[in-house]
Amino acid sequence: MSVQLWTIIIVGLSFALYIGIAVWSRAGSTGEFYVAGGGVHPVANGMATAADWMSAASFISMAGIISFIGYDGSVYLMGWTGGYVLLALLLAPYLRKFGKFTVPDFVGDRYYSSAGRLIAVVCAIFVSFTYVAGQMRGVGVVFSRFLEVDINTGVVIGMVIVFSYAVLGGMKGITYTQVAQYVILIFAYMLPAIFISILLTNNPIPQLGFGGVLAGEVGEKIASGENVHLLEKLNQLHRELGFAEYTSGSKPMIDVIFITMALMVGTAGLPHVIIRFYTVPKVRDARISAGWALLFIAILYTTAPAVAAFARTNLIEDIRDAKYDATAASAGENTIPGWFKTWEGTGLIAWLDKNDDGRVRYDGSGAPFEGKPSFVTADDGSVVRGEAGQRKVSNPPTSNTNEVYIDRDIMVLANPEIADLPAWVIALIAAGGLAAALSTAAGLLLVVSTAVSHDLIKRTIRPDISERGELLAARIAAAVAVVVAGYFGINPPGFVAQVVAFAFGLAASSFFPAIILGIFDKKMNREGALTGMVTGIAFTSAYIIYFKFLGGTKDQYWFGISPEGIGTFGMLLNAILAIGVSRFTPAPPEDIQNLVEDIRVPKGSKQASAAH
Amino acid sequence: MSDASRIQYWRANLRILIALLSIWFVVSYGFGILLAGPLNNIHIGGFPLGFWFSQQGAIYVFVILIFVYVRLMNQLDKKHGLAED
Repeated sequence: MSVQLWTIIIVGLSFALYIGIAVWSRAGSTGEFYVAGGGVHPVANGMATAADWMSAASFISMAGIISFIGYDGSVYLMGWTGGYVLLALLLAPYLRKFGKFTVPDFVGDRYYSSAGRLIAVVCAIFVSFTYVAGQMRGVGVVFSRFLEVDINTGVVIGMVIVFSYAVLGGMKGITYTQVAQYVILIFAYMLPAIFISILLTNNPIPQLGFGGVLAGEVGEKIASGENVHLLEKLNQLHRELGFAEYTSGSKPMIDVIFITMALMVGTAGLPHVIIRFYTVPKVRDARISAGWALLFIAILYTTAPAVAAFARTNLIEDIRDAKYDATAASAGENTIPGWFKTWEGTGLIAWLDKNDDGRVRYDGSGAPFEGKPSFVTADDGSVVRGEAGQRKVSNPPTSNTNEVYIDRDIMVLANPEIADLPAWVIALIAAGGLAAALSTAAGLLLVVSTAVSHDLIKRTIRPDISERGELLAARIAAAVAVVVAGYFGINPPGFVAQVVAFAFGLAASSFFPAIILGIFDKKMNREGALTGMVTGIAFTSAYIIYFKFLGGTKDQYWFGISPEGIGTFGMLLNAILAIGVSRFTPAPPEDIQNLVEDIRVPKGSKQASAAH
Repeated sequence: MSDASRIQYWRANLRILIALLSIWFVVSYGFGILLAGPLNNIHIGGFPLGFWFSQQGAIYVFVILIFVYVRLMNQLDKKHGLAED
């Protein structure tokens, strides 16, 4: 059976499963719609949180990025996992005890301020939309690459699926679908990783093979008789080709620290992650479900760097000085493998033969040409090929010696082909990528709809709205959000990649300090928290906008901190100002201080406040 | 629950947090970033140690930290009679 047929079958089955779950778990009340009735088992919640968290970017792009930047990629690995420790220890149990539906609820109630609630609502909606646009795009890309349908059709199919279970089932439908999506995505990720680990190191566990000696079918060829560790070989290859050493990296240390911190506190401050801890029955369950979530996430996050190193070694060995045209190669000469040409066909790989020797030269001297490849096509739309048969590009060449352009996304997508795995494994990757994108999109859409129906309509505009009215409003808001997200998926704003820094920066510099201080500093008041939030947001946005949109250059970075890491600075600024201002303004009212006392203990608070 | 018991509970909670977050900081920012250079001279199997912490070790420790936290807090809740049924 062909890859395409397999993909249709496997993706079709997974979609049928999601819709089946949606019908089975329809939400009947706002409680079920917002937080699944608060009755989700911690292990199930952990899986759902993991699927919610791991997006198309984690599934498709992360290993690829690490593959190209080596040690520097650690910022994503530590940043996107370490945040869960903060979440489990500093936020989840207390927010669960607080027991409302949303983050703006907490900010609004704790700081007795509807302005605070409004700022939080706007941030939550902005952060979520930023994220969701990328997910819908990811859905479209997977469809177009594996099923050869138009990207726009892919986005529409994705919209219909998310619509069916997010609008019908709310959090309840989303949670149980996400459990299924986690199982599919982790299986799809691990299977090729295990195969490749065996091929390169003869060890079925990628996390161990990663540090092992080159062995096995492909590994022995690469080692060519030597007894050498995979990472050592990779470093050696990098040195020979003029790349920075794989295990050492080249980013300034201060930037590595700031980016890691911004990703950690950003993770802990993202509304769609926090909201998940409202869905479990007890405080104790909130703590443990953070543990399960991180365990399930860690399975993928410790595999990704192994996949990255395997793919990198394989890639370099496969294409190094290889003749593009196999018929022109003399005996024993390296020739370009089939997968290179397949992905060249999709436009994710390009080769510009600068020295006209018919050999692919790949080295660390920099980009082969300016910008993304623009392939030359004849008037009738057919592909124009160069002398060796490669697709011709029209980009102006750069002066360095590197001749190859490789899109980072292909590392995970092309891995099964590089390792010669059967067609159904490739189909499984498509289903896994879709599961990752859809599960994240649904979680984010729920935050948007809750922010509108609960925080805006119920708590701000029309407090007298009935339960049924609110539920209807939530469904309509979810439906509108799906359509808006789909629109951005079809017409992606050119700045999607840039705004991701925004999402984390804003979450780090607004929500995180406001929530932490609200729990751990009883004297934190409205004046302090609002000053901190507004300043943190303003500063972080200004820095990111200046460098991402107004043409700021690297040498203008403050202390070498890139826009990705500036959220850390914004967070510190927020916290310092909040504490400072709160010491010179009236303390929060008695009932708020009691509220803080109350959320600090898991149980028995009622009797305690009566004793006051 | 008396005020004294409540204060005691909260202080014990903070002590647990400080201890666990110190470990969190040391494995990631310490071993994985600040000391990664020197630690890379030590090899565990094929891994330079600093690199291992930043791409594997820190993540394992994070997972363990949360489960340890859950255990410690459940014990603390029980001791103060705050365990939920």
